[in-house]
Amino acid sequence: MTISFPKDSVGLVIPQTMAFNEPLMLVCGKELAAGYQITYETYGILNPECNNAILICHALSGNHHAAGYHSYEDRKPGWWDNYIGPNKPIDTNRFFVVSLNNLGGCNGSTGPTSINPKTGKVYGASFPIVTVEDWVHSQARLADSLGIKQWAAVIGGSLGGMQAIQWAITYPDRLRHCIAIASAPKLSAQNIAFNEVARQAIVSDPDFFDGNFTEHNTVPKHGLGLARMVGHITYLSDDAMGQKFGRDLKNEKLNYDIYNVEFQVESYLRYQGEEFSGRFDANTYLLMTKALDYFDPASKHQGDLAKTLSEVTANFYLISFTTDWRFSPARSKEIVDALIAADKNVSYIEVDAPQGHDAFLIKIPRYQEALTTYLQRIAI
Amino acid sequence: MRADLEIIQEWIPKNSRVLDLGCGHGDLLAYLQKNKAVKGYGLEIDPDNINHCLQQGINVIQQNLNQGLANFATQSFDVVVMTQAIQAVHYPDKLLQEMLRVGKTCIITFPNFGHWRCRLYLSIKGRMPVSKFMPYTWYNTPNIHFCTFKDFEALTKQLDAKVLQRLAVDSQHHNSSLARLWPNLMSEIGIYQLTSNH
Repeated sequence: MTISFPKDSVGLVIPQTMAFNEPLMLVCGKELAAGYQITYETYGILNPECNNAILICHALSGNHHAAGYHSYEDRKPGWWDNYIGPNKPIDTNRFFVVSLNNLGGCNGSTGPTSINPKTGKVYGASFPIVTVEDWVHSQARLADSLGIKQWAAVIGGSLGGMQAIQWAITYPDRLRHCIAIASAPKLSAQNIAFNEVARQAIVSDPDFFDGNFTEHNTVPKHGLGLARMVGHITYLSDDAMGQKFGRDLKNEKLNYDIYNVEFQVESYLRYQGEEFSGRFDANTYLLMTKALDYFDPASKHQGDLAKTLSEVTANFYLISFTTDWRFSPARSKEIVDALIAADKNVSYIEVDAPQGHDAFLIKIPRYQEALTTYLQRIAI
Repeated sequence: MRADLEIIQEWIPKNSRVLDLGCGHGDLLAYLQKNKAVKGYGLEIDPDNINHCLQQGINVIQQNLNQGLANFATQSFDVVVMTQAIQAVHYPDKLLQEMLRVGKTCIITFPNFGHWRCRLYLSIKGRMPVSKFMPYTWYNTPNIHFCTFKDFEALTKQLDAKVLQRLAVDSQHHNSSLARLWPNLMSEIGIYQLTSNH
């Protein structure tokens, strides 16, 4: 039997790692020592004019593996495989796609699980706070190394959308299109509150040891699992959860038992938490939620988003989903309105989807069509 | 391009900033963008129409006109256009008022229910007119607020708007001498350019 990948898959991909010789000055005032690394993947071919490159920015728990498979045994493709591949909306027959793991991540790029060259020990809690701006700077350096002066588009969902917006603000000349999906110009107090609950779940785990759990040979799995459970609830809509689980029971009847799983939804959340805590780093989760909380580009202009966007030159495309309550359509519209006030090119669609915030990862015909149509109009 | 859009484009100055309400496929904006260096945005609600707009390379924003234009600043557009849509919104008076606030000038086209054929149909058959031009029956029509020229002009007075230009045309968008003589009776479409007196 020959094993093969679906026709519209980018197939087998091999992550690559690039090291940088210059230290990176961070917004928090600290510096990331020279030699830091970024792990990334590419799909498609960079054309001789180098004008067909698209940068994919990942969300909170994402990484560089956006499409394709790492091995023939891989059960699941990359996190955005629904949208990246030959003849898919982000068509790798046309575009050269770059996806990376952000600094502070735990999937190859320098982060809390890496060795600090100055101490020879794992960074752990000592890894500096990284912001969306820092990521954009580090991504620009990666672009330089790959010979990409200007992206045809920078695309991202959720926290990835924030990076795309920051790109347009920080490097107006270096991208032609900015596509931000299910995103927001800054977090609301409610968003920050959810992040804080997630962080408290992690830091109060007895196995956390102030972030230096590696030295203690432990993993704060319980706290990280809890954090993920809270996050997961906010990524789905009430309807989506209702349809998936309702009030279905794990066993036939109620057991009047506080500690064990009774409802299917409990079982699902516990599984999600357990699975996540086995593959993700607790310090990275703290860093990424902080980066979300800190993102507020308009703060440099007294909250005036239109003024903040006055220098952008990219064409913007924003997409939101009707049942997304974490980053609701109203949040995307704030960006749209500011762009119109700043006299910029912007298009916006609101996709009718029951899946909540997670809709941006899911195959939805209207969303696929709208993204395909827009990307086809990008001249290369 | 649709004949009414052909007429409208002549009323829109070069390099102006245009907001097109219910922009459909985006033909007008695509033309203005290409030939008149106009910076524009289309508001549209139908997903298929939006897709056409995206194909045309214009700025299209998904927005329901029934929710108003509160997100647009006062006098922030040179021209606000609305073709063949006012009869389909919930509160035409409120929307018109909003258009006059947002735009320095407004261009509106609508079907004239005072046309002799409509009058004849209603008076002889006693039923709501259905024609090639207005092909819907009363229960499935998107058009919920038909008006005549006289009705529309009464509304503009009430809103303290000034009519800068008016063109009464037939369904082929010809401005015949009969339509000039008896616009409310002889023309099927009204094309108005308004501005606020405020």
